[in-house]
Amino acid sequence: MLQIVGILVGLAALAAAGFLAFTLLRVVGVMIVQWRDLVSIDRWSEVLDTIRRNKLRTALTMISVAWGIFVLVFLLGLGHGLDNGLRQSFKGEATNAIRISANKTSIPHNGYDIGRRITFENRDYDRAKPTKLPGPDGQGIDHISGQFFIRGGQFGGGEMLTKRNGKANAFQINAVQPDAFYLTTYTIAAGRFLDYADVAQRRKSAVIGQPVVDYLFHDENPLGEWITVAGVPFQVVGVFKNEGNAERERQIYIPVSTAQLAYNGVDHLGMLEFTVGDADAIQAKAITDVVVGQLAERHQFDPTDRQAVRVFNNVEQFERFKKIFWLISTFVIVIGTCTLLAGVVGVSNIMMIAVKERTKEIGVRKALGATPTSIIAMIIQESVFLTGLAGLLGLVGGVALLELASRGIDNEFIRNPSVDLRVGVAATLGLVIAGALAGFFPARAAARVNPIHALRDQ
Amino acid sequence: MQKDSATLIVDVLRLAKLNKYYRVGTHSLHVLRDIELEVADGEFVAIMGASGSGKSTLLNILGILDDYDSGEYWLGDTVIRNLTERKSANYRNRFIGFVFQSFNLLPFKTALENVALPLYYQGITRRKRNQIAAQYLERVGLRDWAEHTPSEMSGGQKQRVAIARALIAKPRLILADEPTGALDSETSKQIMDLLSEIHRSGITVLVVTHDQEVAARTQRTIRLKDGKVMSPHDLLASTSHAGMTVAT
Repeated sequence: MLQIVGILVGLAALAAAGFLAFTLLRVVGVMIVQWRDLVSIDRWSEVLDTIRRNKLRTALTMISVAWGIFVLVFLLGLGHGLDNGLRQSFKGEATNAIRISANKTSIPHNGYDIGRRITFENRDYDRAKPTKLPGPDGQGIDHISGQFFIRGGQFGGGEMLTKRNGKANAFQINAVQPDAFYLTTYTIAAGRFLDYADVAQRRKSAVIGQPVVDYLFHDENPLGEWITVAGVPFQVVGVFKNEGNAERERQIYIPVSTAQLAYNGVDHLGMLEFTVGDADAIQAKAITDVVVGQLAERHQFDPTDRQAVRVFNNVEQFERFKKIFWLISTFVIVIGTCTLLAGVVGVSNIMMIAVKERTKEIGVRKALGATPTSIIAMIIQESVFLTGLAGLLGLVGGVALLELASRGIDNEFIRNPSVDLRVGVAATLGLVIAGALAGFFPARAAARVNPIHALRDQ
Repeated sequence: MQKDSATLIVDVLRLAKLNKYYRVGTHSLHVLRDIELEVADGEFVAIMGASGSGKSTLLNILGILDDYDSGEYWLGDTVIRNLTERKSANYRNRFIGFVFQSFNLLPFKTALENVALPLYYQGITRRKRNQIAAQYLERVGLRDWAEHTPSEMSGGQKQRVAIARALIAKPRLILADEPTGALDSETSKQIMDLLSEIHRSGITVLVVTHDQEVAARTQRTIRLKDGKVMSPHDLLASTSHAGMTVAT
């Protein structure tokens, strides 16, 4: 049943699209034939003449279209703001990042009681590294890092006292593999990020964020300088930046191997983190399951135990957000388009009345040698002009209101509501098309005016 | 104006066995019956007939505003039959000048712009056609009224503007539909003077009228009755019309 309805709706949509395309082609054809008129002062003065003769009607017509565009632009801008706000919460994070951190078991397994603390090791990192879904081009892990939490510091809370020249402050310390860089959206402001030589040789290298530089170094060049992290000296090799979310810049990155050695870590890891390339949510889940399965096997916990390891899957989160964005923007476009459509139908309606009123004039023009094409072009040009002008007013109004709104509203949900140039161009183009369509039926009615009847009625 | 074949008598238009029906519901009304008509180049002809005689229909067909059902209509050396809208618009524009009873000027345009309109549809530039339009306005004696709109003019003046508009494309044929129908007798006389003058300049003029005096000013009168052209014989047989002239 539902399928039949679907097919019918599809066919109707197809027919409507075909009809629209056909009409547009006709209109474009007329415009091409009459292209001279588009730049002719005569034609424009005719159009402006008609408009001047019917000021009230013209104003009412324009209001309906201007309102449609105004609503569309305002809603689009608001939707854009919402989108911005949601994306902001991802700033600094790769959207294809997945993190698995070790925790305590909550399900008895293989004779082990609950509440047992799981700790990952370097071997888990090595084993997870080549993970790939089966198939010739199966998605898999493309960048992976194992993170060591110093002194059992919790994920997200591992702040350590960092000193230099008598200045001291607490910064988040991340002991990672060089690939951890790919889990972020950082850019390197100076020097470099950690590399595999740092890890292999257990170098005391550190990459620090801009606020760390500002606090410990002021205007000095930090590269090559030494800082002390929890009593261990490290040499600054690079500075990173994170556009849009400075909170994440209050961090220091050091090689995982150096940290394990310096802070009694043996070969322990607190977390595995990796990116999954272009994998979608389902593939990302499958990859995660493979890695969790390996860990469960080695560390003897139930793979379904949600507490033993904790999974933070950005792909899933991001996909959910994308779905929300999509819903919002679809909603906005549907509402806006419907409002605009109402305006366009209004224009068409009023132009139809205008043509009825001008029957005699059109009849006279035909008797004097006006071709149907020239009549059609005249009406369509008028329609496009009216719609375009009204739409432009609505566009300006909408953008102005957004500008005002963006000063009033700026919270974590809505950020910088605005429309970009492309939307403006698309809206203008859409308006011209809408105007042409609105003018088409009245124009055709005008072209069909029979001069005999037209000249007869007094 | 076309005087290239002065020795030959050339027909501007010729109708042969032309028939026209109107379909009203299931009935078919035979409006024009086997019309035979020849108008030579440079003639001044009146078409008379009571209302319902088919004279308006005939004029519409002659003006390529309406189709006919059978027979032939020759305009110059072209058969006017099943023309595309574009072609018929072109013929109307270049070969025929219309003069209407109710003038049919565009109310929002000045006299000059009204006169220039047919040239607009020939794609002539604004400057040039306004120049030409000014000449034609002068010819009908309205040079000083160029910038006035029709609402500021008298009926006679409006009809002069309309005549100037009919002339501007240099047509071979002027079709005037009751050109004096809305005018007083004095103004009618002036308009007929103007049409006579146009005729003398070499243009064929066809006037549809029910006014005996108007018809008397032409060279020849064609009478229509019940969709048929009445022959001289019919005319003699019918009750005599005083002052009627029949020229062949």
